Amino acid sequence: MSTWTAVLVASLVSFGLKLTGYLVPPRWLHNPVATRVSALLPAALLAALVTVQTFSSGARLTVDARVVGLAVAVLALVRRAPFLVVVILAAAAAAGVRAAGWG
Amino acid sequence: MTSAVHGPARRAAVRRGLSVGIATSLYGISLGAVAVANGLSVWQACVTSLLLFSGGSQFALVGVLGAGGSVGAAVAASSLLGIRNGLYGLQLAGLLNQRGWRRVAAAQLTIDESTAVAVVQPDSESRSAGFWVTGVTVYVGWNLMTLAGALLGNAVGDPRRYGLDAAAAAAFLALLWPRLKERQAAAVAAAGALMAAALVPVVAVGLPVVAAAAAAVVAGWLLRRTTS
Repeated sequence: MSTWTAVLVASLVSFGLKLTGYLVPPRWLHNPVATRVSALLPAALLAALVTVQTFSSGARLTVDARVVGLAVAVLALVRRAPFLVVVILAAAAAAGVRAAGWG
Repeated sequence: MTSAVHGPARRAAVRRGLSVGIATSLYGISLGAVAVANGLSVWQACVTSLLLFSGGSQFALVGVLGAGGSVGAAVAASSLLGIRNGLYGLQLAGLLNQRGWRRVAAAQLTIDESTAVAVVQPDSESRSAGFWVTGVTVYVGWNLMTLAGALLGNAVGDPRRYGLDAAAAAAFLALLWPRLKERQAAAVAAAGALMAAALVPVVAVGLPVVAAAAAAVVAGWLLRRTTS
């Protein structure tokens, strides 16, 4: 049930944020701190999500097959692979390492 | 309205919208698979695409929930990533000039891709065409692919065996990658990653991600003079 709560509340907030942009006066944007923070926020959050998704297991830091997947994703991104290719290669690398008996 | 009265700029915007829309939709399959791997039902995965409809926020929501984070932490991570859609709305409100239900529909379709296609068009007619074609194509395709991915993820059983946990990390990295070209964003990303790693053993699951937002707030405050 709590999953449903999270899904529905996050959906409401998401739509609220989108609609707010259409309703507030544009001059509210003319604040240098707000502009910088909103430009940098996705980078900080996504980097934190990469870290947590790769190196955490509950409240512990761990190193397992996901690290190999992430390394392969970096290589794919450096070679300008499209999003789906990056994701599939990372999954395949992690799955391969696990099939070989590690992580 | 027949196509004969529309200029080449509008046709180019429609073509760009379709190609961006189809390419983006395809990775909805990874969202669906990752969502069920993280414990959502097929139906819940589909509702995130129907209602929440913002890729980064959806991955964040299912990532935090899958790691065992609280509802509050999951909603916070998802919502913080959604703030940028509000800023896109501010920009698009002046470009699209929609009223009533069309404005509500435009708001729901306001995401990275529809905004990016719209703002680079040369005139108001092609901006509008670019926005709607991209938004509707992504919405339909993203939802279909989410369902396909969720059904696929449900069928494969143990998600770790297929590396689906690594797929989620790779998805976040691929969303982050284009932002790293800007040096300030790269520095803030590094700070966010380090803060999150330092906090994982200390605070509740999901909160390290939210705390990383503090890195962006502090950096934004410190950098305010360089851009004003």
